Amino acid sequence: MSTIANTDNWPAIKAAAEAALPASVVKFIASLQGTVHSESHLIAILHLVQAETGWLSQDQMGAVAQLAQIPVAKVTGVATFYHYFRLQPRGRHMINVCLGTACYVKGADKISQRLMDNLGIAFGETTKDGMFSLESTRCLGTCGLAPVVMIDDQVHGPVGPQEVSLILEKYMKLDKAAAKV
Amino acid sequence: MTETMINLTIDAQPLQVPAGTTVLHAAEKLGIHIPRLCYHPRLSLEGACRICVVQVEGFDSFLTACSHEVWEGMNVQTNSPEIRLARRDIVELLLDNHPMDCQTCDRDGQCELQKQAYRLGVRERLFEGKRKRYPVDEASESVVRTPEKCILCGRCIRVCEEVQGVHNLSQHGRGFETVVGPANLGPMDDSACIQCGQCINVCPTAAFLEKDHTERVWQALALPRDVKHIVVQPAPSIRAAIGECFGMPVGTPVTGKLITALRRLGFDSVFDTNFGADLTIMEEANEFLKRVSGGGPLPLITSCSPGWVSFLEKFYPEMIPFTSSCKSPMSMLSTLAKTYFAEKKGLRPDQIYMVAIMPCVAKKFEAARPEHTMEDGTPYTDAVLTTRELAWMIKSYGIDFVNLPDGEFDRPLGISSGAADIFGATGGVMEAALRTAAVKLTGDELGPLVFEDVRGVTGLKEATLTIAGMEINIAVSNGLTNAKTILEAVKKGDKQYHLLEIMACPGGCVAGGGQPYPPSNMDVLDPNLGRLRAKALYQIDVNKQLRRSHENPAIDHLYTDFLGEPNGEKAHHLLHTHYQARTTRGIK
Repeated sequence: MSTIANTDNWPAIKAAAEAALPASVVKFIASLQGTVHSESHLIAILHLVQAETGWLSQDQMGAVAQLAQIPVAKVTGVATFYHYFRLQPRGRHMINVCLGTACYVKGADKISQRLMDNLGIAFGETTKDGMFSLESTRCLGTCGLAPVVMIDDQVHGPVGPQEVSLILEKYMKLDKAAAKV
Repeated sequence: MTETMINLTIDAQPLQVPAGTTVLHAAEKLGIHIPRLCYHPRLSLEGACRICVVQVEGFDSFLTACSHEVWEGMNVQTNSPEIRLARRDIVELLLDNHPMDCQTCDRDGQCELQKQAYRLGVRERLFEGKRKRYPVDEASESVVRTPEKCILCGRCIRVCEEVQGVHNLSQHGRGFETVVGPANLGPMDDSACIQCGQCINVCPTAAFLEKDHTERVWQALALPRDVKHIVVQPAPSIRAAIGECFGMPVGTPVTGKLITALRRLGFDSVFDTNFGADLTIMEEANEFLKRVSGGGPLPLITSCSPGWVSFLEKFYPEMIPFTSSCKSPMSMLSTLAKTYFAEKKGLRPDQIYMVAIMPCVAKKFEAARPEHTMEDGTPYTDAVLTTRELAWMIKSYGIDFVNLPDGEFDRPLGISSGAADIFGATGGVMEAALRTAAVKLTGDELGPLVFEDVRGVTGLKEATLTIAGMEINIAVSNGLTNAKTILEAVKKGDKQYHLLEIMACPGGCVAGGGQPYPPSNMDVLDPNLGRLRAKALYQIDVNKQLRRSHENPAIDHLYTDFLGEPNGEKAHHLLHTHYQARTTRGIK
């Protein structure tokens, strides 16, 4: 029998997939191989990727699909369904707008709109310069300060719509100063 | 085994049905067709559209007929004023998030959503709400995706996953923002899509359509004849199906009318893809005999189906060495038209414009592949029309198809054997190859003609034949989930096959992604649809003088006059191709 040409691209696909993911994720996926319903661990795998790298890139989701042998459309379908999964890198500053009851009746929707207009992004997105990410949250337990916006670990409140740009400017100045040092 | 029978009442009519029957099917037994959109009898249950709701005594809320099984004493109402109102509201809500462009839509008159809106009495639009806006994805050579027209029924997702094993589509996002598309909602040409077009066939609206080639064909037909000689070739499956578009019964063979219609449209030469099919058998049978005697590699896998070829390259690249290097019948004929025929006619290759009529949308992709272009970079096949597109052109021109007289194909590239006609049915390529191989192996010119084992629309067929004292294991598959099954068996070494026929579409080319939408009493994927169309092809075959590809005198003449030996150097250069592993790599 003549030798049969090797036309498989799996070794190259596998190597690229392993390179795209943190070693711990590769190890976790490998540990699932051959277990019953191994595909049901997709969400756990995605959590692990996000915990390690902060977000889910298209390359990483493609790599998860190949290593876990789950169709890539399924992986990105699941990732886009759940709010928890971030499909863009985190900005340097995390803005969390409280949409809890107290903040909401005090005008959190107006604050949200102002933030989206100022930053040019929607919830779950990151500004092009990588500075801010915008997220919403439920009750931060500081209803007395409603409406409340939390940036990184600092709570701001009560925040009026006109104060939004002042607060953002403060962080931009801080970043500029830090860059000079 | 006795079946447990359930007694129930539907619209005050008592009936008895086996346990496990759904309300939807029970109602059909009474001749009541409950409206449906997401439901498809050949796909898993979705229960998403809610149009099939019915009223059941003892329940405050409505139940979906597609997903509820009957129970003893059940009392169902399918047509109460409340149900009529609920269904109408559901369709209204779907329409309020749907472009209002029926008159300019490709599926006008053939849209299931439009039909349901009419049937359920939606005559005005009461809910004016937010509309979704998404760009049209025209990146693929074959399939156009228009998310604005999608009603999220999920049929395309299910056919892609359950029938084709490709799983290229998913719902992305949630709630109002939900969009059906490939991974990352990226372009279709950068996805695992193998371009079979089954999503187009099952879509109730125009969210998936073939890429339009009619405009370029109208323009070519309008060119002065000293500039271009316009050549056309219809695939075997067209003659078994296009009559449906003009109200003829499913399974009516219409070869002669088809030829006349093509001439009336203005084509200069009407050739037959069948000639390419006979030639494919000559090349493939020789390749097979060479591999059997020369030590492999076996099995030899057919390569006519471009959906399968894409699947091979994206899902099973390790099987490339086993796959026949033969071009498809379409590409073989296109190549000959621009070489052999052009030479005979005293024309330059670029003076010929080749239009192929195919039951397939993946052929549009095949035609655009660089392997199928001439040295000057222009394609051998300039345009590929689906059966649906050609039927529209005939209607658009105003040709009275049903009453056309029969025409005949032009010579020599229109002469063919019955073995070529049956290429359109699953198992047909195998049977055609066996007819010729049997004669070559036994030397008996009156070898067997009919190979019952490979006929029929079953997804997976296998048989062991004894020809000239040699045992030959063969298998035939259609629908790519079946291809997976057979390829996995080959890889594991469970069975040593000699010859495999793989067709991408369930039922073969007769049920391809470019075939007519079925008449109202049939569903896409209904095996009967494939069976009836295939029957038309077997009927054409029986009525032919020539039944074996190698008996075709025009083929014989082509080899002596132009090509030389089958599988020889010139034949190899013109009639064979190659494949390569491609990404996005699919998940098996």
